Amino acid sequence: MGNRLAGIFWSLLFLAVPVLGVATFVVGPLYDIWLPKDVSVHGRSIDSLFYFILVLTGVVFVVTEVLLFWFLWKYDAARPNPVAAFIHGSHTLEVVWTIIPAATLLFLSIYQMNTWADVKMRRPRIPPTVEVVARQFEWRLRYPGRDGELGTPDDLFLVNDLHVPVDEEVLVQLKSMDVLHSFFLPNLRIKQDAVPGMKTPVWFKATEVGQYDIVCAELCGWGHYKMKGRITVDTREDYERWLEEIEARQEATQPEPVAEVAGQ
Amino acid sequence: MSTVHSPSTGTTVSPTDHGHAVAVGGRAPRSSRQVAEFLSTYVFSKDHKVIGLQFLFSTLLWFLIGGLLALAVRWQIAWPWSQVPVLGKLFAQEGGQMAPEFYTMLFTMHATVMIFLVIIPILAGAFGNFLIPLMIGADDMAFPTLNMLSYWFMWPAFLCFGASFFVEGGAASGGWTSYPPLSTNVAASPGSGMGQTLWLLGLTFVGVSSMLGSVNYMTTIILMRAPGMTMFRLPMTIWAMFITAVLQAFALPVLTAAGFMQLSDRMLGTGFFNPEGNVVNNLLTSTGGGHPILWQHLFWFYSHPAVYIMILPAMGMVSDILTVFARKPLFGYRPMVYSIAGIAGLGFIVWGHHMFVSGMNPALGITFMVSTMMIALPSAVKTFNWLGTLWGGKIQFTTAMLFAVSFVSMFIIGGLSGIFMAATPVDIFIHDTYFIVAHFHYVLFAGTAMGVWAGIYYWFPKMFGRLMNEFWGKVHFFLTFVFLNGTFFTMHILGAVGFPRRLADAYHYETFHHLQPLNAFMTWCAIGMVATQIIFAVNFVWSMFYGPVAGRNPWNANTLEWTAPSPPGHGNFDFQPIVHRGPYEYSVPGCEKDHLMQTDPPDARAAALASAH
Repeated sequence: MGNRLAGIFWSLLFLAVPVLGVATFVVGPLYDIWLPKDVSVHGRSIDSLFYFILVLTGVVFVVTEVLLFWFLWKYDAARPNPVAAFIHGSHTLEVVWTIIPAATLLFLSIYQMNTWADVKMRRPRIPPTVEVVARQFEWRLRYPGRDGELGTPDDLFLVNDLHVPVDEEVLVQLKSMDVLHSFFLPNLRIKQDAVPGMKTPVWFKATEVGQYDIVCAELCGWGHYKMKGRITVDTREDYERWLEEIEARQEATQPEPVAEVAGQ
Repeated sequence: MSTVHSPSTGTTVSPTDHGHAVAVGGRAPRSSRQVAEFLSTYVFSKDHKVIGLQFLFSTLLWFLIGGLLALAVRWQIAWPWSQVPVLGKLFAQEGGQMAPEFYTMLFTMHATVMIFLVIIPILAGAFGNFLIPLMIGADDMAFPTLNMLSYWFMWPAFLCFGASFFVEGGAASGGWTSYPPLSTNVAASPGSGMGQTLWLLGLTFVGVSSMLGSVNYMTTIILMRAPGMTMFRLPMTIWAMFITAVLQAFALPVLTAAGFMQLSDRMLGTGFFNPEGNVVNNLLTSTGGGHPILWQHLFWFYSHPAVYIMILPAMGMVSDILTVFARKPLFGYRPMVYSIAGIAGLGFIVWGHHMFVSGMNPALGITFMVSTMMIALPSAVKTFNWLGTLWGGKIQFTTAMLFAVSFVSMFIIGGLSGIFMAATPVDIFIHDTYFIVAHFHYVLFAGTAMGVWAGIYYWFPKMFGRLMNEFWGKVHFFLTFVFLNGTFFTMHILGAVGFPRRLADAYHYETFHHLQPLNAFMTWCAIGMVATQIIFAVNFVWSMFYGPVAGRNPWNANTLEWTAPSPPGHGNFDFQPIVHRGPYEYSVPGCEKDHLMQTDPPDARAAALASAH
């Protein structure tokens, strides 16, 4: 019954899923459509976990999709003298394909925990390098200044232009003034929502000097798309020189910071 | 089609013999009595089949609207700030280019329409209503009036969501998740005004409708099964509908409460979700003391189980369709039932995986990661059992079968990509990127929508007494399948770059500036995908009137609905169905026909098995 050619056509269509699926993941990186360059210590372990899951799920994907193709190909009713097996299931198989994925998934979640703790739980015991306050639609930055303490008169204020030293632990104190935002540094594999009413610590260690994007990754209103910042990773010397420059510029525009404090 | 000839029984069944059948070609009413009769038959009907079809037609229309909204979204992503065809007339002052707040509104309403007005009501409302009484052998639902109300409560929701496009500031634009303070502060966004209030009201009406339906489905399935229909003789479709109804009944009250809390924050000046001293758009929020993350917990406590509400019924329907066209019993019936129950149970303790980077305590993230990884297990078991069902079968490549097989193929992708997001460290990077967009479109479009099409092609003859055109059905399948993968598979690698969702224009970022050509390709595929649905629409309408007459059981299936006339009259069955066996006795060895219906007398199988030995 039916046409064998039709069965061949449809089975091959389903075979195209794993073939083109894998091809997409091979061709994408050739055109630079792949993980952006990683310049952080956390990023390395996050990327290796990504590749680990990619390989694991990739194997399952190919095996199950090829099986699906093979069953469609082989058990086509249009083949001569088709007979369907009268089978209601197999207890052994059910046990096997419950226990193996269960063990794999449990292992996978335990395997993730250390990296997660490194990125989000084991906060370095250092004072904040900078305070980032998100606001519709900009990143307001506040450096502690010479005294190393936030909230003092020598604080330095900037917008959208974040500088951090390379190869040093950086602690960002993240806040929001109005709605939710998300502090997303693609090249450092960092993402953290900024929540009004909360002070959220974010830390990372950049490994390479350069300029990278700061993206807002949580919908924050009509201007969400343009809430763009820039993070510059400097050497220690460049970083200090830059801080001095900012300080000098701020002094020039704010002649009497002390008077302002007295007025508070 | 005033009469339907049923070749399998040799009788001619007239719709009038069974009261009102399905509303095709009803005569125009003359007197007021006729008007009243017309209204009670076709409009305010209490017949589960009419209500099911009302749900089906309404949701298919909204499906079209949701699809067009998606195209407008895709246009902006592919060619930002260019002149929008057709829609561009709306913004003639801006030279036909879309404003960013308009874009924000579009994707908010695309998701809202697709989730609340299409997927949830088409599965539970359309298929649940039509199939539950027929498949368990009941003459109607337990509470027909509630059932009618569950449909008519959708209309205020349609009006709220529909009207919100035309109020000042436009429809809601805080994303379908409506996170405060963006959604609670009128000053935060143009769509956070009247549009957001209407959005919350619409959501509440959808909730009332779902709740009325779910109470009805649970009661009907528990109390009104035909003699002999034990719980473990129920087809998978019914098990899935039953467990979905349980999920809805337990999760929905939380969303309804949260919705009212947000309404009262907006309108009565409470501060459930507003922190102290919050300044939005230079306006100080008058009240505080609340917390924005509270909303996320309440919202996802419903909306994560809702994800399963949006897929379990499709899984059930696909299980049934696979067995019919593989001519083989379902592989592992009980494990299939237990895994649906497992998904539903675990579904209540995974909501925090939407909030890994929200500021929630990261220690809590670890527990949610483990529970989320574990929910992949029942899904894996289901996939293996579907493969087991196809193995050794006698596969017939009908349109319904192709859609059902593609559900399995696509669900594998959607299931596996979920593991990336469940892994908390990896989620830090891909959270709120196109990776998640790929994931949920593989589950909800490539999964559920394909399952829905499988269901429509499969049960169409029962709904309208006629078959849909198979050739054009396959063309529809082929094109949809190709275009959907072109649109959504590529989103995975886009997500791997970190391409963020919900951005009106991301190409000004150094990291994403080279991704426009890929996005243009995806938009072309999306346009093709929506255009393909014209074939479906024409086939659907044409087949309702001119399709080949189906008879009672065109697919030689086993379940009870196929013993009733097509379409079934009022009261469904022209005899009392008595159930003797489970729903999956296909290709019984030695049996003359290759299937034993649930109602076939018990000696049929005994005789078949005896002659086999």
